Amino acid sequence: MSGNIIEVSGLEHRYGDFAAVDGISFTVEEGEIFSFLGPNGAGKSTAINVLTTLLRLQKGSARVAGFDVAAEPSKVRASIGIVFQEVTLDRDMTCWEILEFHGCLYRMPHKERRSRIDELLDLVELEGKRDTLTKHLSGGMKRRLEIARGLMTRPRVLFLDEPTIGLDPQTRMRMWEYIKSVNEEGTTIFLTTHYMDEADQLSDRISIIDHGRIIATGRTWELKNMLGEDLIYLETSDNVIAGTALRGMEEVTDIQEKSKGFVALVNQDGTHLLPRIMETLQGKGIRIHTVNLKKPSMDDVFVHFTGRELREEGAESPAAAHSRAIRR
Amino acid sequence: MTMNLGFLTIYWRDMIRFVRFRTLLFSSLVQPALWMAFFGIAMSSNFNRLTTDVPPLPGIPNIGYLTFMAAGVIAMTTLFTSLFGGMVLLFDKNWGLMREVMASPLPRDHIIFGIALSGMTKSFIQSVIIMAFGILIGAEFFAGFGPAEVIFSILGILLFVGIFSLGFLFLSAAIAISLETPEGMQGIMTLLTMPIFFASNALYPVNAFPPILQAVSMGNPLTHLVNGIRYFAIGGHYQAIGIEYITTTTDLLVSLSVLVVFAAAMFGLAWWRFQRAVVT
Repeated sequence: MSGNIIEVSGLEHRYGDFAAVDGISFTVEEGEIFSFLGPNGAGKSTAINVLTTLLRLQKGSARVAGFDVAAEPSKVRASIGIVFQEVTLDRDMTCWEILEFHGCLYRMPHKERRSRIDELLDLVELEGKRDTLTKHLSGGMKRRLEIARGLMTRPRVLFLDEPTIGLDPQTRMRMWEYIKSVNEEGTTIFLTTHYMDEADQLSDRISIIDHGRIIATGRTWELKNMLGEDLIYLETSDNVIAGTALRGMEEVTDIQEKSKGFVALVNQDGTHLLPRIMETLQGKGIRIHTVNLKKPSMDDVFVHFTGRELREEGAESPAAAHSRAIRR
Repeated sequence: MTMNLGFLTIYWRDMIRFVRFRTLLFSSLVQPALWMAFFGIAMSSNFNRLTTDVPPLPGIPNIGYLTFMAAGVIAMTTLFTSLFGGMVLLFDKNWGLMREVMASPLPRDHIIFGIALSGMTKSFIQSVIIMAFGILIGAEFFAGFGPAEVIFSILGILLFVGIFSLGFLFLSAAIAISLETPEGMQGIMTLLTMPIFFASNALYPVNAFPPILQAVSMGNPLTHLVNGIRYFAIGGHYQAIGIEYITTTTDLLVSLSVLVVFAAAMFGLAWWRFQRAVVT
């Protein structure tokens, strides 16, 4: 069943002097959920626009569903579905009309169109909204309708550009369920997101993208494992000396400085290592104010590879805001 | 392989919007009637008074100003509706709605055809309303025609209106796809409508124009549309505002050809702009 449904090599896209996408190469296997994870402005949308033929290919090569995006754009178009980052529903059309219009655009036969619409309204639980104008739908319903539209033509690949942006936590979780069930039925999913938890929860594989470049690619656990077994966060009376002391330990693979303390990446079970670390520091006369031990998250992976927080600029994920509120 | 009727999809969608957008529907139908009712009646009392001392020519119909300008109002309404017909593409573009269409396998000329067809439909509806309302308030359209002649004349008018509107809809679509803001489009439209409307024979005879303006009006598609409408609605030989008008079949065919050439050129322009358009 497998094989590459998307093959990108040396893709570059410039707006004037600015390289929005700066030479990326990757492949997506048929049937998987593949994510581009990166901050706003990393080049995710530009890449998706080239792959979906909305932007002309400038440099490099890209094949989607077996067709070259530059040579056979209309064949690529016929084999993909897209859910755009912003809502792109006509406010004055009903749910049914939105899907009917889309089916007609792709020249689906009348009978197939009608049965597919029923099927999809059912899937995204909008049967009751069939004749409702889209301006009367909630944000989550609009998104679901857009996903239904993306699936209308039974595409081989569904592109989702920031599928849960601006949705509340419960709605996001439900969206993830829909996306997973669509994938289980055999549709390959290519999604971009700047939400760590989204990439983590949904993806089979992730490419971390920043400043137009792919920094790391792998399965979520592979990426996390690159950081080691555990992360130990410490605030001490002298972080510089403490950091230097820990660098000397062979179990510590890296030290990352934070505003008040630092994080030690360790390649062993942290619960066993922690007493030794504390002994070492106390031996140097350093007092420990705060200790925290955790498994690496996608946030940590991102910080590790890019050297900065994902959401320095732009919105933060509702989940992050949520957990912060609880911590207080 | 069946014929691709994709443009009908675009047409269907635009007509849904036209019908559903009540204020737009209402204003586009009432506005031309208001022109007739206020401008037409006010001006016709003036013009008719000024031309009372011109002796009517024997043997040909002497047409009142209201009848004369009703043809102009049909033409003017078609011009405005068509020039603004492409605006919807600009809104679609700005609201992201066009991305769906641009990312679909639908050939781009179908977008042009679809929008043009719906614009043409709107112009047909408006033209029929103006004719009916004009006759109601006293315009002497189809005077002395038999039923068959009336139907033939209406079809003739719609033919001219249709081709003319296609030309300006293509132009409008070309402008819309090339611009970023509705304000910019509004500006260009205003710039275009003024000379096209006033350097034409829609509201007054061009005979008294200075030679340059006369030349402009002869190349103006609006003048040729008005010629066509008056030929079918009034006849080929009549007197209005003290001036004798003669339109031969040749004149009529020349006017029709000008409109066809104009529409073809504008389609070329729109096609070229759409091939280059990038919508993300």
